[in-house]
Amino acid sequence: MLELQGVTQIFGGVTALEDVCFTASAGDITGVIGPNGAGKTTLFNIVTGIYSQTSGRVLFEGRDVSGLPPEKLATVGIVRTFQNIELFANMTVLENVMVGLHTRSRSGLLACSLRMPWAMREERQIRGEAVKWLEFAGIAELADVEAGNLPFGKGRLLEIARAMALQPRILLMDEPAAGLNSRETMGLAALIRQIRDMGVTVMLVEHDMELVMDICDRIVVLNLGRKLAEGTPRQIQDNPDVVAAYLGVDE
Amino acid sequence: MKRELMKFLLFAIPMLLLPLALQGGYMLNVMVFVGINTMLAVALNLLLGYAGQISLGHAGFFGLGAYISGALTTISGLNPWLAMPLAALVVGLLAFGIGFPILKLKGHYLAMATLGLGIIIYIAFNETVTLTGGPSGLSGIPNLSLGGFVFDSDLKNYYLIWFFTLLVVLFSLNLAGSRIGRALRAVHDSEVAARVVGVNARLLKVQIFTLSAVICSLAGSLYAHTMTFLAPASFGFHFSVELLTMVVIGGLGSVYGSFLGAALLTLLPEFLRAAHDYDIVIYGILLIVMVMFMPGGLVRGVPEIYRKLASRRGNAADA
Amino acid sequence: MAPGFHPRGKMQFDHILQYVLSGLSSGAIYALIGIGFSIIYNATGIINFAQGEFVMLGGMLALFFLQLLKLPLWAAIPCAVLVSAAAGLLFERLAIKPLRQPTPINLVIITIGGSILMRGLAMLLWGKDTHALQPFSGETPIGVGGATILPQHLWILAITLIIIALNKYYFYHTVSGKAMRACSYNRRAASLVGIDVRRMVLISFVISSGMGAMAGIIVAPLTMTSFDVGIMLGLKGFCAAIIGGMSSGMATVLGGLILGVLESLGAGLISSGYKDAIAFIILLLILFVRPQGLFGKSDTERV
Repeated sequence: MLELQGVTQIFGGVTALEDVCFTASAGDITGVIGPNGAGKTTLFNIVTGIYSQTSGRVLFEGRDVSGLPPEKLATVGIVRTFQNIELFANMTVLENVMVGLHTRSRSGLLACSLRMPWAMREERQIRGEAVKWLEFAGIAELADVEAGNLPFGKGRLLEIARAMALQPRILLMDEPAAGLNSRETMGLAALIRQIRDMGVTVMLVEHDMELVMDICDRIVVLNLGRKLAEGTPRQIQDNPDVVAAYLGVDE
Repeated sequence: MKRELMKFLLFAIPMLLLPLALQGGYMLNVMVFVGINTMLAVALNLLLGYAGQISLGHAGFFGLGAYISGALTTISGLNPWLAMPLAALVVGLLAFGIGFPILKLKGHYLAMATLGLGIIIYIAFNETVTLTGGPSGLSGIPNLSLGGFVFDSDLKNYYLIWFFTLLVVLFSLNLAGSRIGRALRAVHDSEVAARVVGVNARLLKVQIFTLSAVICSLAGSLYAHTMTFLAPASFGFHFSVELLTMVVIGGLGSVYGSFLGAALLTLLPEFLRAAHDYDIVIYGILLIVMVMFMPGGLVRGVPEIYRKLASRRGNAADA
Repeated sequence: MAPGFHPRGKMQFDHILQYVLSGLSSGAIYALIGIGFSIIYNATGIINFAQGEFVMLGGMLALFFLQLLKLPLWAAIPCAVLVSAAAGLLFERLAIKPLRQPTPINLVIITIGGSILMRGLAMLLWGKDTHALQPFSGETPIGVGGATILPQHLWILAITLIIIALNKYYFYHTVSGKAMRACSYNRRAASLVGIDVRRMVLISFVISSGMGAMAGIIVAPLTMTSFDVGIMLGLKGFCAAIIGGMSSGMATVLGGLILGVLESLGAGLISSGYKDAIAFIILLLILFVRPQGLFGKSDTERV
């Protein structure tokens, strides 16, 4: 579904990524791991349109999406979550998810301001759907809480609910387990599996090895900007190069 | 929805009945200004409070609306009811065009750029003497009229202006509560997250900038046809700062707050006639004090203080 | 052909030379003000909207010390600079430091508030009239080529050079200056190695207001001073800083000179009414097309 061909990214004098190629297959949960500085976040930012790669292509379902801005990628079906969670802090939890449904509505600025009936109808639909996604993520009871006041774990769930509201084809998650305790991580794993079972392809960057080995169907290992290995969790665990690259295993 | 309607009626009905209480006179004239300033403050608030984009040049759009309508009606003898939308169209196109490059800038740079834009417009008003009458002003601008009914008195102008003011307020309230308003606030809170969920932040910012400019243009045209005289001095940096103060004092991101700020800043100088020269100092102090102690503006700060006092009294009663 | 064989051409050349020379002089002022903007911006990330008001303060205070307190020029000037620097210190302590949420909007509003407060106080204290500060060493014009300059122009040039040299010395050869540069490259890293960032912020405000005041003082004999000269000068100084990519050094100096010359040529050759607009049109163009400045190397080279 998502294919990287020869993606290279050079910042000034630093080569962050060099000739990275791999494929995340539809319906899989693909993990991208690697020691710090391996280029995982850079890769992510390229795939999600925040950076433009120096060379190489990113193909989504066969179509070249290299260099498309994030808002275009969202309409194509590529949505991401952030490591440090980017919530709309001054809006309620429900409103945050409703923004995720922004592209669902066609009503323009005038229609909304003049309270045209079709605009009002779409607004009701958006609200209803947003509630459903809150229920999916298990935070429906927090609907009217201001997002900035949420504890981190709940904020993480909100971000996922918001992303899912777009009904993406592929969901990219940047270190979703970061900042979560082990109980929350288990909940996260279950949620990600649920997402995959809904037909959404998932790709995640992670440091939490347990989570990665647990839920991922395929794993790609990056080191120093290059792809080191690719395979099933078993294959990766047995790969001596991977073990060697990780000096000091993460918790 | 009912609550929002109630709130609006609680605002609109007193404003419509006010002239009966004022029995004509000078205050009625001041209230006309309050109406115009409310429109301007609401327009700026959409951009600044909701979308989070700073503009220090809004007096320029106000002035453009005023001068274009004023010039078209005096020089070309065009009907004001045609001149006003024409002015709005011109201002809208200008704002849309310049919006794209200017809104790529952020924070301080955007503030400076809009400031520069406002000043360029101001200088143009002073220099294009054949069109604007230059520093000595443009006079003889016709009043608006409907059929044979001419809006030429304070009372008639009051209702004319406040008709549009209430429309602008209603329009903005609807906008703010809609998905567009949500998207604006989202872009304000985290532009990158908004983009990632599909909001075209760039286009949205330009759209709001354009809408804001068009509302200012409308207010400007109305101003021209009720004052019948324009001078460039009303449309300079000083007034842009005044608008900013209104929005900040009233409350960023609150439409009613903008009315509050506009009313305060228009009425206060009237009550402090003797202190006319102090107005700059007072604006400066107000801005600093508001940002430091009440960043949410009066609309949020006053209820907050009331709550704190009430709870403290409650605690004392329990003790 | 007789010598001076293009009489009209020579006159044209003389005009242009005149414009260029006076443009260089105003450009030097813009450069000083622009460096003030850059110093604060590099140390704090804040654009100090009130910068122009310190320029105004310099001129007005110098007048005050000269005319009301009857101090001699060589005493009045340092006093004016010191008092302005003190005003900068007060401003930072009272308006900037206590700010709980230093978002760009809040900072813009507060620095604007500070600027109009200072302007309002100046108007109350000294009225709305324009005043002339006496030129430092007389008014006999000096011929340069076919153009004339005034002694004050030379003072401007000399003092600007001295200030730039002092700046260079401060930033590259003193501990405190190097600490400020460290802050401008990476504030967090600087605080991690023990640099008191808050103090750097304070120092940057003090230096900028002092420099601004000096600029205001040396230009006052030429352009008169009043309570509202700050806005235009401040904006044009900002423009110089933008052209120079917010550098506290030569790039902004060049930016100021370029701005001054272009403005002067534009006013002389095209239209004098739009003179002020030229600076802002240049500002907008640079912000749209090359916001990192003409010489900017993006983020690394700031000083």
